[in-house]
Amino acid sequence: MSPISRGFRGRPRRDVDPARIPPGQYTVNDFPVLSAGPTPRTPLDEWSFTIQGEVDRPVSWPWADFLALSSETITVDIHCVTKWSKLDTTWTGVSVDTLLEGIDTEAAYVTAWCDGGYTTNLPLDDVTGGRAWVAYRFGGDPLDPEHGGPARLLVPRLYLWKSAKWVRGLTLTLEDRPGFWEAAGYHNRGDPWAEQRYWSD
Amino acid sequence: MARAPIVWRLGTVTEIIEETPHARTIALDAPDWPGHLAGQHVDVRLTAEDGYQAERSYSIASAPESTMLELTVERINDGEVSPYLTEDLRAGDQFELRGPIGGPFTWRVQDGGPLLLIAGGSGLVPLMAMLRHRAANGSDVDTRLLVSARSQADLLYRDELARLAQADGLEASYTLTRSRPEGWTGFDRRVDAPILTRVGPSPATAPLVFVCGPTPFVERVADRLVELGHRPQAIRTERFGPTGV
Ligand SMILES: Cc1cc2nc3c(=O)[nH]c(=O)nc-3n(C[C@H](O)[C@H](O)[C@H](O)COP(=O)(O)OP(=O)(O)OC[C@H]3O[C@@H](n4cnc5c(N)ncnc54)[C@H](O)[C@@H]3O)c2cc1C
Repeated sequence: MSPISRGFRGRPRRDVDPARIPPGQYTVNDFPVLSAGPTPRTPLDEWSFTIQGEVDRPVSWPWADFLALSSETITVDIHCVTKWSKLDTTWTGVSVDTLLEGIDTEAAYVTAWCDGGYTTNLPLDDVTGGRAWVAYRFGGDPLDPEHGGPARLLVPRLYLWKSAKWVRGLTLTLEDRPGFWEAAGYHNRGDPWAEQRYWSD
Repeated sequence: MARAPIVWRLGTVTEIIEETPHARTIALDAPDWPGHLAGQHVDVRLTAEDGYQAERSYSIASAPESTMLELTVERINDGEVSPYLTEDLRAGDQFELRGPIGGPFTWRVQDGGPLLLIAGGSGLVPLMAMLRHRAANGSDVDTRLLVSARSQADLLYRDELARLAQADGLEASYTLTRSRPEGWTGFDRRVDAPILTRVGPSPATAPLVFVCGPTPFVERVADRLVELGHRPQAIRTERFGPTGV
């Protein structure tokens, strides 16, 4: 039981269904930004997306080929470990299931890697079965560099640091390899509904 | 440093210091505090009588060497948590906090320099912890501090910074973006490339750069730094606020 903070009333939002807000989160209408360094800006003609690691042959799509893959438009709630949640965000991108089609692998984990050197690790199960996308449109517009454009991973089920911005590829691995924030003390899995913010949660 | 589990602790407010008309420093007694690195933050959790809770993050202002844990909070008009922390909170009050949190946005004297610290508004808080840590260790590593604030009255830690800047190797520069007192000799506009060039150090000296403040401020400054030739990997950022949209 948390002790009461004398005189604190707070401002619970009455217009949102509390069942949609994970513990410790609050809803915002704007779109705050979390990243550890400057925003990288990769020209589209130098951009490609690659699946590599525990695969027979790596596959890679240049930007135009990537856009030609079958895409999905989804509306999801997103939750950042810095405590804001944003409801009903609409994204367009390629399902990770589509990217892994026809790929035979023993891997149980993936590392997403990005322009700017950022990495994050996920169990393969968290990015397959309709749980993850590589998104390149937000609310109908091309994704802003600030928010991860040209393309970012989108794994709405987990805290947003797992939805790696400026993503350029997935490396399939047999073992779990902690990524950037995971090595810096954040939780390895990052389930907002279990409030898995930090490594000891 | 062995990692201590990040658990909720009940902090007791020992003192409230008025820094500016809008900002207060909250000194806390946090039982069994495991220590922290300069640049890290804590999560604060407030609980209302009806059980409603709100959590926010606040940077640690005090040096790792300090016996007190200090936060500095700037009041955001119509905010949920910061008006409570800056106006209602009194010495003797208690609230929950946990930490320390944060890895990349930290500096220890042994990390060396040169150091370039750039703050917008309350973004100065974690950088102040770095400067206090530097002073506590008698470090003379070449350090440039650039602080952007709306007006002189909004500048945090003015007297202490003036004192610290008398020591070797620390140069503090200020820019006031909205209003300036008569005879102001600092910069008078939003941080731009010429200001960054004047403040230095040159990208050729490969400084470690820390930028903290509201998102649009950090985005702009980090972009300019990269354009000036600073290595992106050497620029660490922490974004505090909203996007402004
Ligand atoms: C890692 C980290 C460290 C932080 N350290 C500090 C610190 O040392 N000192 C400090 O004062 N704050 C710090 N913050 C910001 C702090 O966590 C809160 O966001 C801030 O106090 C506002 O909370 P609130 O409940 O008062 O406002 P909210 O109720 O959350 O917001 C109310 C309105 O104000 C806007 N708003 C929120 N933050 C800002 C802002 N910074 N500037 C302008 N408008 C804003 C919101 O978009 C919203 O419209 C930090 C944030 C992070 C993520």
